[in-house]
Amino acid sequence: MTSLSTLATATTVGNPKLNIGIFLAFVVFTLAIVIRVASGKKTAEQYYTSAGAFSGRQNGIAIAGDYLSAASFLGIAGAIALTGLDGFLYSIGFLVAWLVALLLVAELMRNTGRFTMADVLSYRLRQRPVRIATAVSVMCVSLFYLLAQMAGAGGLVSLLLGVSGDTAQNIVIAIVGTVMVTYVLVGGMKGTTWVQIIKAILLIAGAFVMTVWVLGKYGFSLSGLFQGAVDTTSGSSVEKTSKAAEKLTTYGMKYGKDTTTKIDFISLSLALVLGTAGLPHVLQRFYTVPTSKQARKSVEWAIWLIGGFYLLTLVIGFGAAALVGPDRINAAPGKANAAAPLLAYELGGSTLLGIISGIAFATILAVVAGLTIAASATFAHDIYKEVIKNGQATGEQEVKVARIASMVIAVVAILGGMLAKSQNIAFLVALAFAVAASANLPTILYSLFWKGFNTRGALWSIYGGLISSIGLIIFSPVVSGKPGVPTKLADGTMANLSPSMITNPNIDFHWFPLDNPGLVSIPIGFLLGYVGSKLSKEFDAAKYAEMEVRSLTGHGVAEAINH
Amino acid sequence: MSTKPTATSEAYVAVQQSPEFQSLRRKFRGFVFPATAFFLAWYFLYVLLSIFAPGFMNKHVAGNVSVGLIFGFLQFVTTFAITFMYARWANREFDPAAEALGDHLDGSAK
Repeated sequence: MTSLSTLATATTVGNPKLNIGIFLAFVVFTLAIVIRVASGKKTAEQYYTSAGAFSGRQNGIAIAGDYLSAASFLGIAGAIALTGLDGFLYSIGFLVAWLVALLLVAELMRNTGRFTMADVLSYRLRQRPVRIATAVSVMCVSLFYLLAQMAGAGGLVSLLLGVSGDTAQNIVIAIVGTVMVTYVLVGGMKGTTWVQIIKAILLIAGAFVMTVWVLGKYGFSLSGLFQGAVDTTSGSSVEKTSKAAEKLTTYGMKYGKDTTTKIDFISLSLALVLGTAGLPHVLQRFYTVPTSKQARKSVEWAIWLIGGFYLLTLVIGFGAAALVGPDRINAAPGKANAAAPLLAYELGGSTLLGIISGIAFATILAVVAGLTIAASATFAHDIYKEVIKNGQATGEQEVKVARIASMVIAVVAILGGMLAKSQNIAFLVALAFAVAASANLPTILYSLFWKGFNTRGALWSIYGGLISSIGLIIFSPVVSGKPGVPTKLADGTMANLSPSMITNPNIDFHWFPLDNPGLVSIPIGFLLGYVGSKLSKEFDAAKYAEMEVRSLTGHGVAEAINH
Repeated sequence: MSTKPTATSEAYVAVQQSPEFQSLRRKFRGFVFPATAFFLAWYFLYVLLSIFAPGFMNKHVAGNVSVGLIFGFLQFVTTFAITFMYARWANREFDPAAEALGDHLDGSAK
């Protein structure tokens, strides 16, 4: 074990006992609320969607809570701190993406579905094959996203508790998974939504305090803050290997290197902007409000909050570059992901570090819980009830299956998170977006807007988008083949490690040049949906009329529509 | 499937083919399609400029504030503006028309 040496360095960052105390307070507080608002027996509708119990504004705050994940707070702040404005490009993509949800998806989904994404996709198509395909895709996207969150939990809590050993991080990831699944099992969608609302308010308030604090140190001058970041970075050791400081306030530090990185950046941007409206846990949130008007209001609120928050992370990222500096960020457990917590420590000592990290911890819990609900809902509703039981299962059986599914998902997330814990989490999330944009969004848009869409088109699009995006990731430099760099291991020795998922630089089976597959796999998803539909004559005029009229007028939403 | 229809299939088909519904659909698509085209084009302009025209984007206009940073802020401004305009349009113009059609459908189902 390496805990002795790591403890010695870690005690310089905060007071682990205080941090653990704040953690526990958060968990106990939120758990008490979950038990109060939402314990007891639930119908399937209550478990998956809270049966439309929330208002548009509440849901909008919860969407922000669901969406402003550890990737947004820790990953983006860290990316800005280390790579300057290149990190800002992530936030813009994540924000603009909400316009797709607002204009094209949220209201029409609310009007035509009830429990899951597959409700909408299978509305006028053949139920079984479309539900199976959608469920597979939903679970893949959720899993990618879950891994990112769990990886973030490992890095963050290690920083907090002053441990960076492998075993200790794994234990932390296991605890996060266990607490999360407790929220889901006890509270269902209603309890989880409240956790997300509380977390969103705390996160935005915390980021606001840090922003004002940082700006105050630079006389409320953005330019002054940038100068501080440039000054600190130019005095750091990374400056010797790359001209980091000069590039901090400009674009191109990370992506401007050569043609491949440039195309990779276009690919990433495409995935970010088209991925949000295909994320299952985001879509699931549109069902927690009673009407399409409230769904619209939800997205409006979400856009204001998310946009405001990303503006804050810009200041936090540059604040970390200026006040903490790249050397200390790179030396911390969790590296870039530790930038925001380290800045909190720099500003307000161990108390602020404890509070900010507690909030970040709550963030991970809330997002992971939302993902688990979406994934378990699609398993119980689409696979178990509609496919295995031919629609004959009772609500009670469905909820039972959903609970078991949640536990299985938690185990998978814990094990996966242990494997993925050294990856940058903003980047892992970007991969989830690529899969969502390739496999989910084409089918959603076609089924809402294109008369000629049919079952074959849906299957080709979902499976084609899914296989091409995941396949290209497997054969990309993300998984293998990035050239090795000398890396300091936890026990202090040096090794030549590849930044790919497979860290052995001698294993290299990549042939796809880009890190993000979106540029290829998203057009494939759209194209296959079109070609598949054209090659099939299937068309249900009555169902098409019903779906289109309902989607636009909201007719029949108040009654139980069970498809 | 335990569908309890509130209107028959014929009623839905009839509504779908009515001039009122056709005009509602035109109204909706007439707003959301151009708005989507605009924000996507504007977003990709920003993306492409930041990688293919770094000289332009990295020009510092005031202190350390670059053209690219201003462009980035403008993405926030347009996103907020489109959200505001869409919500206003939907509440004032789209909802009343959609509700009227929905009520009509309820009436015809009885």
